[in-house]
Amino acid sequence: MSNSDNTITPDENGRFGDFGGRYVAETLMPPILELEAAYEDAKSDPDFISELDGFLNHYVGRPSPLYYAERLTEFTKGAKIYFKRDELNHTGAHKINNCMGQILLAKRMGKTRIIAETGAGQHGVATATVAARFGLKCIVYMGATDIVRQKPNVFRMRLLGAEVRSVKSGTATLKDAMNEALRDWVTNVNDTFYCIGTVAGPHPYPAMVRDFQAVIGREAKKQILEREGRLPDALIACIGGGSNAMGLFHDFINEKSVRLIGVEAAGKGVESGLHAASLTGGSPGVLHGNRTYLLQNNDGQIIDAHSISAGLDYPGIGPEHAYLHDIGRAEYLSATDDEALHWFQECARLEGILPALEPSHAIPRTVEIAKEIGKDGIVIMNMCGRGDKDVFTIADALGEHISEGTEG
Amino acid sequence: MTTRINETFKNLKQTNSKAFVAYIMGGDPDREVSQKMLNALPSSGVDIIELGMPFTDPAADGPIIEEAGLRALEAGTTLSTIFEMACEFRRINSTTPIIIMGYCNPVHHMGYKLFAKKAKASGIDGAIIVDLPPEEDSELREAFNLNDLALIRLATPNTDKNRLSRVVSGTKGFVYYVSMTGITGASSDRINSVSEQVNRIRHASNLPVVVGFGVKTPDDAQKIAHDADGVVVGSAIVKELNEKGVEPALKLVRALAKAVHK
Repeated sequence: MSNSDNTITPDENGRFGDFGGRYVAETLMPPILELEAAYEDAKSDPDFISELDGFLNHYVGRPSPLYYAERLTEFTKGAKIYFKRDELNHTGAHKINNCMGQILLAKRMGKTRIIAETGAGQHGVATATVAARFGLKCIVYMGATDIVRQKPNVFRMRLLGAEVRSVKSGTATLKDAMNEALRDWVTNVNDTFYCIGTVAGPHPYPAMVRDFQAVIGREAKKQILEREGRLPDALIACIGGGSNAMGLFHDFINEKSVRLIGVEAAGKGVESGLHAASLTGGSPGVLHGNRTYLLQNNDGQIIDAHSISAGLDYPGIGPEHAYLHDIGRAEYLSATDDEALHWFQECARLEGILPALEPSHAIPRTVEIAKEIGKDGIVIMNMCGRGDKDVFTIADALGEHISEGTEG
Repeated sequence: MTTRINETFKNLKQTNSKAFVAYIMGGDPDREVSQKMLNALPSSGVDIIELGMPFTDPAADGPIIEEAGLRALEAGTTLSTIFEMACEFRRINSTTPIIIMGYCNPVHHMGYKLFAKKAKASGIDGAIIVDLPPEEDSELREAFNLNDLALIRLATPNTDKNRLSRVVSGTKGFVYYVSMTGITGASSDRINSVSEQVNRIRHASNLPVVVGFGVKTPDDAQKIAHDADGVVVGSAIVKELNEKGVEPALKLVRALAKAVHK
């Protein structure tokens, strides 16, 4: 981890423009102020940085490769497409970059109990993994609906020694798991560290999680300069809360020649109302500690998100993305369930890579952008997770029955 | 109006009594039953009413209040319903303060200025917005001040000395002391001794101190009333209303009021 001083920093109230902030109950104000102070201290401590870098190298397996997707490029007949292969990290996604940072911080703060929320289970697995590595107690909140559709990850978390608590309240998905984790934190403020999995939540989480994920973009920049001798024309990443996208974008914010493109989950289509595209189909509001774009009705009640990908199935988005959207620095597009399913299969066939359903959403827009830019161009897509966890969901969607685990 | 809250505490002080604050969720299980319950609270011994505004994602509440909110939403309750309920209540009562309580997003969505204006016009006296700490409430506070409404802030066991002075400096009407670090409806075993904490707040503010969270039985209420200026009971009443109906819920309210006023 190292600090770039040429990028966006939230103000003293944790705001990126009009977004972010600390919208939490009074009981949570002291712990988030404590966390902010501890993080500020840690991030300028060379010992903390070298400890984190050491674990990222030897435990997570960084740097992840920057891979030229030659056959997809030939198929597309446009710009060269590179994949930043964060799906090759330990536990199979980018999530562990952040968990490693936060749990080292928890240890430094003397916290003994780690809690987390999870949707697809990737953040839950990553948190359980790192908690096991450091011998810390770990409790993961997961919506009852998601527990059914992500059975393999639930079992993995239990094998890793975590307690998975099923959340049946509300819509029993990721947003409700986050509510329940907040309830746990408010009840156990003294010994508990809440490890949030995305660039959302009250300040300092959006900036802190981004900083821990920024390793993705720092590596990608170095790797593309070595390979191509120049910066790419565009970066593309899928967005639920937006941590893999923020991680890829962060080091390129001030490189104005580089287009930053986020792809939200359009579910059955934004016009259908059944989607998870907070920027494309939502409006500003306050949820889970921050002001950002949300899916909400005319009375400010939260609308449930819909996506075939449990990891994108969230009715909000990180506040820094809301800001980048409003100032026009990043572009936000969307992709439907059907497009993700189609390009999942194309990617498997052309590149021998099973992408997770989340980055499968980024592929159709990557192909379009690559065509638009043309043959002399270069684009990098973040392959932020691997698809092994999704094979049952995909088999189901394709009408095939591969085992008794196909329910959901 | 802040006057109505101030008058209530003044009158109670003259009789050496404490305030019984009852919470119900607006629109739970529907507008009609909820209105009936609301209208009957003052004659059942309630000094101040907290009227809940339902929200889909009440992260500081336990399952009882959360489910009440979801029932209310299912029945079509909106912020406008809450204002209509207050208006109807004011036709029969001009003295009992109503504090509306809920989460930021529906208020933010309506717009802070319009929300304050409508609250004032509906005869509401103040509000508690759970996820709007002092760091984030200046815009709403300004709108409330213009309309003589009280924005009541929460103090908790982990609000330290420095924060406490910040919390109480912007609050009006009373200070709401949350008896535990936890969610609404938690076990009363978790209530820390409140006398020391109430004294700590009195040291920082001249406002009355009202204590809530985890208070369930007349015994709990009586113990807390001994130390505080008022006691809030929410989940226990909401649960009784849901499980047994209006009359049994009002019976519980009367028993709680009697214990607080003793």
